[in-house]
Amino acid sequence: MTLHVDIPEETLAGILAKAFRNRSFLVGFVITALVGAVAVLSYAWTPYDVTRLVISDKTLAPSWAHWFGTDHFGRDILSMIMVGARNSIAVALVAVGIGMGVGVPLGAFAAARGGLADEALMRLNDLVFAFPALLSAIMITAIFGPGAINAIIAIGIFNIPVFARVARAGALAIWPREFILAARAAGKGPTLITIEHILPNIATLLLVQGTIQFALGILAEAGLSYVGLGAQPPMPSWGRMLFDAQTRMVVAPWMAIFPGMAIAVTVLGLNLLGDGIADILDPKSRRQR
Amino acid sequence: MSAYLLKRLIIAAATLVLASMVVFAVLEIIPGDPARLMLGMNASAEQVEVLRNQMGLNAPLALRYLHWAGGLLSLDFGRSYTYSVPVIDLVRERVVVSLPLALIALALSTAIAIPVGLFSASRRGRAGDAIAMGVAQFGVAVPNFWFALMLIYLFAVWLRLVPAGGFPGWGAGAWPALKSLLLPAVALALPQAAILARVARSALIEVLNEDYIRTARAKGMPYRAVLWRHALRNAMIPVLTILGLQFAFLLAGTIIIENVFYLPGLGRLLFQAITQRDLIVVESVVMLLVAAVIAVNLLVDLSYAVVDPRLRSRQ
Repeated sequence: MTLHVDIPEETLAGILAKAFRNRSFLVGFVITALVGAVAVLSYAWTPYDVTRLVISDKTLAPSWAHWFGTDHFGRDILSMIMVGARNSIAVALVAVGIGMGVGVPLGAFAAARGGLADEALMRLNDLVFAFPALLSAIMITAIFGPGAINAIIAIGIFNIPVFARVARAGALAIWPREFILAARAAGKGPTLITIEHILPNIATLLLVQGTIQFALGILAEAGLSYVGLGAQPPMPSWGRMLFDAQTRMVVAPWMAIFPGMAIAVTVLGLNLLGDGIADILDPKSRRQR
Repeated sequence: MSAYLLKRLIIAAATLVLASMVVFAVLEIIPGDPARLMLGMNASAEQVEVLRNQMGLNAPLALRYLHWAGGLLSLDFGRSYTYSVPVIDLVRERVVVSLPLALIALALSTAIAIPVGLFSASRRGRAGDAIAMGVAQFGVAVPNFWFALMLIYLFAVWLRLVPAGGFPGWGAGAWPALKSLLLPAVALALPQAAILARVARSALIEVLNEDYIRTARAKGMPYRAVLWRHALRNAMIPVLTILGLQFAFLLAGTIIIENVFYLPGLGRLLFQAITQRDLIVVESVVMLLVAAVIAVNLLVDLSYAVVDPRLRSRQ
């Protein structure tokens, strides 16, 4: 028998009803789903083949044939943005996975143990935080060379202390609660309590942080690709497209406008989604808004 | 006060030492022999070996670390492999671009965010608040280098008000130099301002719900005075925390933004050094940036004590 939360658990229907009334969540969810759908669709269909270079069609302005115009190799920008979505999503998602996979156990462990383990973890966090994400990415790239995989590792490493911190803070707030005391009285050890009681209760926090880090990961990946340290051509990536656009701003501003919008809209959607989830699942945060 | 201060100082110093070990270790594993790099592919193995000895590359790892770290403390960073000039000279040239850029951006972002936060918090739920926060929500999502490209297109290509890139140097006079830092600073500042405005707003709203605010209003204090004197001061802790974190983002941001605007700052230096495998420059610049982040976070910790008297009295 398990003891879960000491507040009345909300029904799924109740949460869904709240979700439908929450504007942030709805807009964020629709945008995020749309971006995801576009990325999936790109595997089956894009308006044009992104690997085919048509030099005679280079830097064409947006038209009915090419909604977002073409780039300096005559590739269709819309098609490239669709394919580029895959790269952004994959990098950010795996980076969040690394951050959660390592950070959450660390944070939960520190909260369960306290004392020296806790102190050591926090100091380690300070250390990682001293390296701005881009800086560590640059160092990692300097060792292993540029590429999407190394971008993932760099962003993932930066995510670890973020999740460790959130998990620790969340867990520390749960530990003094009565149902934890009850679980301890029932003879459960710290590991079992963490798995059965702490983690389910901080899942919301982690989900919200996950969407935030997802959004930041997309921004970071774009930044790395833009300076040439992320995905390498011919793999289309949003950051790389902006790099190519930079020297052609005068003749083909659309090469810069649309990939940037794709990044902004995706990040906006994820942020709204995160805000929405926080609102729906944690009534306290709504008071502050 | 002193116990809090001392603890923060020790933590900052320990973090700095650990960080320097990490940087040193990371660059140790990088393949490539700097001596071979300096002499070129045609040099004989003996020549390389002589230079390796001269450069101290054959000394034990711990000794080399101590030598390097000791040099850092006395601002002697060693000589650049590719430029053959002291690294400190390269850094000095570049810091006068990057530091003003980051500071202008920080000042801009604060100057925009605090008033917007105050505006939104005092009009919570009304149209003005919704519009301001909608704009901020979008500002958070925009990548700064894309924003920079759009600014270049608008102000440099279209309106021709400012240069699209490059830096004339401070020798050309303060105004031309500042003018070329203007767009980069705005590009850096606006996304940060959006984040800061959101934090300021929610911190202020939290504070405005407190009893002492109601008391201040009840005793007839004008709303504006309550907002500035009581609310803003009490909302400063989260704002300062984010401000400190943002400095790290700004520094990292300058790395990218300097590449957009072709500014000869630390970020460009770092990139060139990486492509040329000038590891000693990479080490030095990374270490400087990390030290700056640690120093600013220490300053933020200390400023908590200034803003919050409770921290001062706690032993």
